[in-house]
Amino acid sequence: MRLSYPTNIKIIKVPCTGRVDILFILKAFENGADGVCLIGCLEGECHFLTGNIRAKKRVEYIKSLLEETGIGAERVAMYNISAADGRRFAEIAREMTEKIKALGPNPAKKQVE
Amino acid sequence: MIVANRKPFEEIMEMLKPYKKILLLGCNECVTVCSVGGAKEVAVLASEIRLSRLKNIIPVEIKEHTLERQCDPEYALSISSFVNDYEIIISMACGCGVQTIAETYREKYVVPAVNTTFMGSSEEHGVWREKCQGCGNCILDKTLGICPVTRCAKSILNGPCGGSQGGSCEINKDTPCAWQLIIDRLKQMNMMEKYLEIQPVKDWSTSRDGGPRTRIREDLRI
Repeated sequence: MRLSYPTNIKIIKVPCTGRVDILFILKAFENGADGVCLIGCLEGECHFLTGNIRAKKRVEYIKSLLEETGIGAERVAMYNISAADGRRFAEIAREMTEKIKALGPNPAKKQVE
Repeated sequence: MIVANRKPFEEIMEMLKPYKKILLLGCNECVTVCSVGGAKEVAVLASEIRLSRLKNIIPVEIKEHTLERQCDPEYALSISSFVNDYEIIISMACGCGVQTIAETYREKYVVPAVNTTFMGSSEEHGVWREKCQGCGNCILDKTLGICPVTRCAKSILNGPCGGSQGGSCEINKDTPCAWQLIIDRLKQMNMMEKYLEIQPVKDWSTSRDGGPRTRIREDLRI
């Protein structure tokens, strides 16, 4: 397909979005990530039945945590796509990168001395 | 178990405002089971505090530690080797834990991170409901395992009252009428004759009305 997507994205593989703990996302922000995007399987197509549904609830919860800490809820997002849909993945990667770029850097990014 | 709710983040940050070295203490008992103050929640709150401080460029050092049980002096003493390295202790345990830590380390400022809410049980994953008020004189034998003291908004002992509508309490349709539940259960168990036993006025002196309570078992004292 030779699709291109922004190079500033770090992909972390997990067996299922249901594996993503809220701490993983908080730690990403503590370590300087500007945004975190969860990409799971289509709803109803989870190999583990409800992993992506649970991830969706966690993302909602983490948004409230990020809002109260002043990092901003919009820095985290979840998308559901088919593993075969590379085109949509590249689209989401661009979309998310543009959205985060517009928001600016993570306000908690460690200050460089 | 004792069920609690985490305090609003803003309130927590206000308490911690002047401090840079913070000891964040969790408890492995009730507050772990009700997902408010166990090791996991300690890690989440610590991360939130760090993020907030990083954002506002205010240095912070947080030690995350979870005790087996905060309401027991012997566990409270287990942190004595490092407690003085921190300026403030913020406890995620129930009020009993916070007070035990404060009594153990009298020179330390100990603050709560949660609002202790009630004694309850989990109905399903993520749902806890108040079930006991610790009135000190249990009548669950008469009400077939449904506590009207706690689950009836008026704590009526000879119910239901006129506010019972369609099985719900008048305070909120999502609150089942405890007396409806009791009657349903009495019928199911074929024990309706128990309903005819009029309960006398309850002696509330065994409850909070009699002041703070103490239990002593002399044979266990060392």
